[in-house]
Amino acid sequence: MPGTDAFDLRRYLRNDTRSAGVWIALVALILFGLARYENFGGAYNIVSFLNYNSLFIIISIGMCFVIMTGGIDLSVGSVAAFTSVVAAYLSPYGLEVALPGGVLAGIAFGAINAFCIIAMRIPPFIATLATMLAAKGGALVISGAQTISVDWGSNFTKLGMEKAFNILPWSIVIVALVAVALWIVLEHTSLGRTVLAIGGSEDASNLMGLKVTRAKAFVYLLSGGCAGLAGVFLASGFGAGQPLEGIGWELSAIASVVVGGTLLTGGLGSVPATVAGALLLGLVFNVLNFENGRGTISLSAYWQMVIRGGFLFVVILLQTRIGPSQKEVG
Amino acid sequence: MAPSLIQKTERVVQSLVTMKTIDKAFSGVPALRSAELEIVPGEVHALIGQNGAGKSTLIKILTGVYRKDSGDIRLRGEPAMISSPGEAQKSGIATIYQELNLVPLRTVTENVIMGYEPKMLGGLINWRAAHRHTREILSRFGIDIDVKAPLGSYSTAIQQLVAIARAVSLDASLVIMDEPTSSLDDREVDILFGVVRELKNSGVSVLYVSHFLDELFRICDRVTTMRDGQTVGTRKLTDTTKLELIADMLGRNIEEIEAAGMTDFGGAERQLGETLLEAKGVATGPRLHEFDLTVRRGEIVGLGGLLGSGRTEAARALFGVDALTKGEIRLKGTTWKPGNPSDAIQDGIGLLTEDRKAEGIVPDMSVRENMTLALLPKLTRNGQIQTGRERELVESFIRALGIKTANMDQPIRELSGGNQQKVLLARWLATEPDLLILDEPTRGVDVGAKLEIQAIIRSYVERGFGVVLISSEFEELVEGADRIVVLQDGYSVTTLQNPGVTEDMLVRAIAHHHEAGHA
Repeated sequence: MPGTDAFDLRRYLRNDTRSAGVWIALVALILFGLARYENFGGAYNIVSFLNYNSLFIIISIGMCFVIMTGGIDLSVGSVAAFTSVVAAYLSPYGLEVALPGGVLAGIAFGAINAFCIIAMRIPPFIATLATMLAAKGGALVISGAQTISVDWGSNFTKLGMEKAFNILPWSIVIVALVAVALWIVLEHTSLGRTVLAIGGSEDASNLMGLKVTRAKAFVYLLSGGCAGLAGVFLASGFGAGQPLEGIGWELSAIASVVVGGTLLTGGLGSVPATVAGALLLGLVFNVLNFENGRGTISLSAYWQMVIRGGFLFVVILLQTRIGPSQKEVG
Repeated sequence: MAPSLIQKTERVVQSLVTMKTIDKAFSGVPALRSAELEIVPGEVHALIGQNGAGKSTLIKILTGVYRKDSGDIRLRGEPAMISSPGEAQKSGIATIYQELNLVPLRTVTENVIMGYEPKMLGGLINWRAAHRHTREILSRFGIDIDVKAPLGSYSTAIQQLVAIARAVSLDASLVIMDEPTSSLDDREVDILFGVVRELKNSGVSVLYVSHFLDELFRICDRVTTMRDGQTVGTRKLTDTTKLELIADMLGRNIEEIEAAGMTDFGGAERQLGETLLEAKGVATGPRLHEFDLTVRRGEIVGLGGLLGSGRTEAARALFGVDALTKGEIRLKGTTWKPGNPSDAIQDGIGLLTEDRKAEGIVPDMSVRENMTLALLPKLTRNGQIQTGRERELVESFIRALGIKTANMDQPIRELSGGNQQKVLLARWLATEPDLLILDEPTRGVDVGAKLEIQAIIRSYVERGFGVVLISSEFEELVEGADRIVVLQDGYSVTTLQNPGVTEDMLVRAIAHHHEAGHA
């Protein structure tokens, strides 16, 4: 029985089906939904599903980069809440000001994280925990603990409604573009490879003469920026800056990253699999909503969370157990 | 003008690396005192010396990991300021560290090209070129592997060759190899040597650090020996014998060693108990070929030999870390096959390794907790640790071993290395193994504490236990052991019986067979 041995790195690395679990589960759940629910595959459901989940996808991608260096960013949820308020305040000036403004506010928090972690050598867990509290408090301060309504007269709210080229809402298009761009950065640039190398071994990366500091700064700025963008989507989608939102988002993002097969200790990871992870976690809720809609069962939101937790567990099992044994048989 | 001076000037111009009068101290303790090293293009240059002689410090200064306190470094005759590993690489110095400085999770190709990726239009990595480039270099070494697979999925030997491939791909003019063969088998060593020759033929210099002297004669052109932070000298290997190298490393007079003959070591029979452990013809791998050892109750048996002679491997075999490929071990009269260290501990064998960190110091725990970690089952009654008994026991060991600590609840990380070592020794003594193997128990310990530890070991065996004592300090073996088994290149070659053994006899025994073997 191989499972009784200690963690076998060599076998683990030879198993390239690691992220297969998330794809299998995603496809299975989609097929299940299509077969069982009439409107599951309808344009309305698809668009509203993607629209709602776009902010989780974007946060998860940023988190994925941080985790690939072996770090963690706990501040993303609070930062998104903060930037949603910033974007709401800037909304009268139009989307062209509010969107970059929100993203920049997120990057600013990322810069604080990067400074604490790289220059002050504070462990990422602690540094981003502090930023998380600070951003949460900051959001309440600048909003006076009130939701800040956006300017409905400006073009700000069109972000989640108006369709690009009459096909998909802008928010989904933006997320897709960002995801593809970051996928390319990870797979095809020295910066992306350095991110992975740092997670694999920071000492070795230093000794190889890689630009470690630059890459670490990049991932925290990126994660902050992604959280900032998510905050803009939040404000635009709900018509208001939400200082109390974002609680637990960092954990959902970490879950998406892990479900996507990214190693929590860093060094291995994938952008598409992270997107798939975020979609999968969102889809569980979507399917449960449809199930409730059939009227046969009625699950409260609390039970839905329990079921999502169980689902997460199953996918992780798929990753770690089924992957290697398939390989051994084959 | 003297001709020697002219020659010297020429050599400065020719040489690839010249390090002169290099000084380096760590918090006041000198590690290098006026050390020197000169490497010419296309040579394989060996660097040898006992542990602590300053080899790695010298290398780390050359590779930008440490800064020199003073001295002069020249590359191709030009003064060089090397302040980071990245800069060293740019100046053509690549290092293959003992703990490989690669990323096992990433692919072979990435590990070769990282930081110097071939780019396409738009700055994206040209993966096809990268894979092709990596395959080309590796095929020069006669290796054909899937370069897209993670490096960690390959053996240490392949990983080492990939590290060299990286060096080659960076157009290094000097490749530094730190103990490259320590984890390779014979066949892999041959492949590595083929690669080293290939490097040499293409004009690359290699600085080769190794404890295995035989290897140097196979592969190296010149050898620089270091001792106590100083350079003893540089020799051509073609006009050198192994005995001369050993004499250089140990700082002994070679004529004296050669002139003296072997004498008989008579000695009074000590009062000894039954045979505790008997090893016959034990072999485990490329470093331990045939090892015999008998330990009786009440006896301290020393294992002598140079680094790389198989001392540590012998201890690992007895402790069940490495599986036997040949031979037999009998413990307390019955055949014994340890599967792993926990079997060994169960059957009454303990091993204090020379590596305190690996041995399991828990830095933030107190002296008391560190000492009783392995004892807790014995100290527990009804699920509760008997703190009274625990404190009493710890107190007695602190007193007996003279552990310098403010109190027993002080975190162990705040203690000096020697005192940490004593706590670990106490941990083992408290569990009372029948046979305790001590690998360098007094390394990094001051002279006074050393004597105390020796006395503690002596009183331990007088209670009817057995001890195997491994040490690179001849004095410690000669004074501390009842018998000394001398190891060479993985063979136990001779046994010296105390009383009557002198340090010179031990040195001679270690050197004698090397000379015979080499002739």
